[in-house]
Amino acid sequence: MSTFGKPVLDVRDLHVSYSQGDSRTTVVHGVSFSVQPGEVVALVGESGSGKTSTAQAVIGLLPANGRLESGSIRLNGEDISRWSAKRLRNIRGAVVSLIPQDPGNSLNPVLTVGAQVREILELHGRIDRRDADRRVIELLAHVGLTDPELRVRQYPHELSGGMKQRVLIAIAIALRPALIIADEPTSALDVTVQRRILDLIDDLRREYGTAVLFVTHDLGVAADRSDRIIVLQGGRIQEQGETAAVLAAPESAYTRKLLSDVPSLIIAQPRPAVEASRAPAVVVRNLVQDFDLPGGRTYRAVDDVSFTVARGTTHAIVGESGSGKTTTIRAIAGFQKPTSGQTLIDDFDVGSLKSGSLRQFRRKVQLVYQNPWGSLDPRQTVRAIVEEPLLNFEPIGRAAREAQVTAIIERVGLPAGILSRLPHALSGGQRQRVAIARALVLEPEIVVLDEAVSALDVTVQAQILALLAQLQRDLGLTYVFVSHDLAVVRQIADTVSVLQNGRQVDHGPVEQVFNAPSSAYTRELIAAIPGRKLPRATALSTGSIS
Amino acid sequence: MTSVDILIAVDHAAGRSAPKGDRRNLSGRILTFPFGLALAWLVLATVLLWAVAPQLFTAYDPLEGMPGGQLKAPSAAHILGTDSLGRDLFARIVHGAVHSLSGAVAAVGVGLVVGTALGLLAGSVRGRVDAVLMRFVDVLLSIPTLLLSLSIIIILGFGTLNAAIAVGATAIAGFARLMRSEVVRVRNAEFVEAAFGSGGTFGKVLWRHILPNSLTSVVAYTAVQFGWAILQISTLGFLGYGAPPPTPEWGLLIAEGRNYLATAWWLTAAPGLIVVAVVLSANRISQSIGRAAR
Repeated sequence: MSTFGKPVLDVRDLHVSYSQGDSRTTVVHGVSFSVQPGEVVALVGESGSGKTSTAQAVIGLLPANGRLESGSIRLNGEDISRWSAKRLRNIRGAVVSLIPQDPGNSLNPVLTVGAQVREILELHGRIDRRDADRRVIELLAHVGLTDPELRVRQYPHELSGGMKQRVLIAIAIALRPALIIADEPTSALDVTVQRRILDLIDDLRREYGTAVLFVTHDLGVAADRSDRIIVLQGGRIQEQGETAAVLAAPESAYTRKLLSDVPSLIIAQPRPAVEASRAPAVVVRNLVQDFDLPGGRTYRAVDDVSFTVARGTTHAIVGESGSGKTTTIRAIAGFQKPTSGQTLIDDFDVGSLKSGSLRQFRRKVQLVYQNPWGSLDPRQTVRAIVEEPLLNFEPIGRAAREAQVTAIIERVGLPAGILSRLPHALSGGQRQRVAIARALVLEPEIVVLDEAVSALDVTVQAQILALLAQLQRDLGLTYVFVSHDLAVVRQIADTVSVLQNGRQVDHGPVEQVFNAPSSAYTRELIAAIPGRKLPRATALSTGSIS
Repeated sequence: MTSVDILIAVDHAAGRSAPKGDRRNLSGRILTFPFGLALAWLVLATVLLWAVAPQLFTAYDPLEGMPGGQLKAPSAAHILGTDSLGRDLFARIVHGAVHSLSGAVAAVGVGLVVGTALGLLAGSVRGRVDAVLMRFVDVLLSIPTLLLSLSIIIILGFGTLNAAIAVGATAIAGFARLMRSEVVRVRNAEFVEAAFGSGGTFGKVLWRHILPNSLTSVVAYTAVQFGWAILQISTLGFLGYGAPPPTPEWGLLIAEGRNYLATAWWLTAAPGLIVVAVVLSANRISQSIGRAAR
């Protein structure tokens, strides 16, 4: 593999373990790889695969209960695996630096942006105040922030997520380190912002010749941005090699599985066109939602959105954060009264329901949340969670209730043994299945899914999407599906609405919107789907942009 | 206040004995064993036994003095000496446990029930009800606790039970505050909205989801309040607003011994140290409950 030059980073036989109570579990088992100067190496894997632990070990930032058991980490030829925290501190930022995962939490809220960038300059070597200020402005301009003189004096809350990530990148490149570790640097960002940030990292790497160790769960991003790829599963390397070669001819079964589950790779089977004769299940007419802001002003989150969903079909609502997609579906699910406009479901005008009829309406429309870690009561067993909706309506006998709960749990593909467990003993995918079971136990007609697969790993995501499709076929459900991931939307939806800043900028059958988008924004969204370089994905994306 | 200082001191002690990392071998197990916590449980268990079966611990009568045996120094016969009427001090402390403990339990019970109910109502209903209830709590907090307890006792009359109610009333505000903040946190959780979304009525959701998920920190706080209540009841006893003499209540014991501080210091020191030990133990146990919940 590495026949040229001396590697910047050379990891040999790395073992990392965590203690939990009395026991110690090893999460990284003998991982070895190297990174050449100027190279981008992607560490790919699902949650729990040990990719983040590996990256944390390299920069010496394992959590307090983590321990580097054995193995060597050579940075520019020097083994740093046994260094003290004090010695490591000297190389962090200067030789190796980190771009953290969540830009929202990674900046100090009480210091200005300028002070935080200046801090890294002052930590390593003496620099006088005026020079430092000049360098900070240069750096901020370099990472593409407009008005750097103004930004220096701003606080993190005054910047958007993408701008904060640019500040963090400025901090990471300030001392021109030999290696940058980027830990999921864009997973908290919208897809168009994600693309711009990745372009920026690419440009900076080319300019400075910095090597990048890129940790990601998104095979599409890894394919587009890396020279070499390392696939991790359960703390062991499944496969590593040139990105193009690995993707074209994956050797391990696990890589093949991962590849087959990436939504942008699945060639969407064209769903049959929706017959015009189908009765509408949901009609949204000129929906407007205002929110009061402090100071008497109002903020219009949804501005004149209208669409119709035919019975038994899937309608997707697509947009970036702040586009009003969640507000729209909350109006459909009856959690908000719209400022004006109507949401009609069967004979109900959702906005005009009083508490009694609203409860009856709940039997028809159920909501599944994005985050299966927050939507299940941590103190109740799966059985209690799933049977709760049944207890809220006409009383039925214990035996009948038990039978319904068991049937629905089986329907969503969970073993019956799971009923007596608590949510924390389940995996993310299992939790989301429980949440779906809770929504379906009342036999609703419409299920509203709020980013229901976004928090899950690709493989689990593929399974949940398959489950949703099957349930729709068997039970004739109507879905309203909110997502920021266009690849997922293309796979599951019949019709789609694209929202931007509360307005509907594109609307219609999926094929039409993808193949002939009528707005510039939709075109931008489609172009930003990662995974352009993945084999087979090309056919799909050229078809959609040209 | 004293209880704050005590909490900090306990914090340090607990930090050292907290279980950390590897416990595979015996020496590690001994090093990480929470001795402080075990001692705290031991102290509370002993005091509880005193309250339940005082005759197991002492043969002397707590109320009848022995003629000619006044103000004796600690000895084999009277391990903590005797008071000015010739009563065995150890017997009085043991028999006093039931008065101090039941007073504290009643006080904490009043604070817990009333305060938690107020906090639950304020946090879940919000709006005007919340504003009115929390301003009432603010008023309670703004009156010095001792002044409030004394005023309530003067209205209700003297006695062990009335002293407990008076102390409990001053604990309401703290419980209400804590409960409300927990309820507001849980109220915004997705699983609560999901429960409403599946057709739950307000009362059902409150009972099934909000209450159980808000109670953990309240339970930890209850243990702290228990120690604090013993202190407050002893204070009221010391000031003469608690149980009337000759009841062997701990605060009263300290007050009675005060007159002989120069000649018989143990009459104040012994019951004082017992109060300190019980309060410290309650705080340590509360801390361990809080940690386990997190």
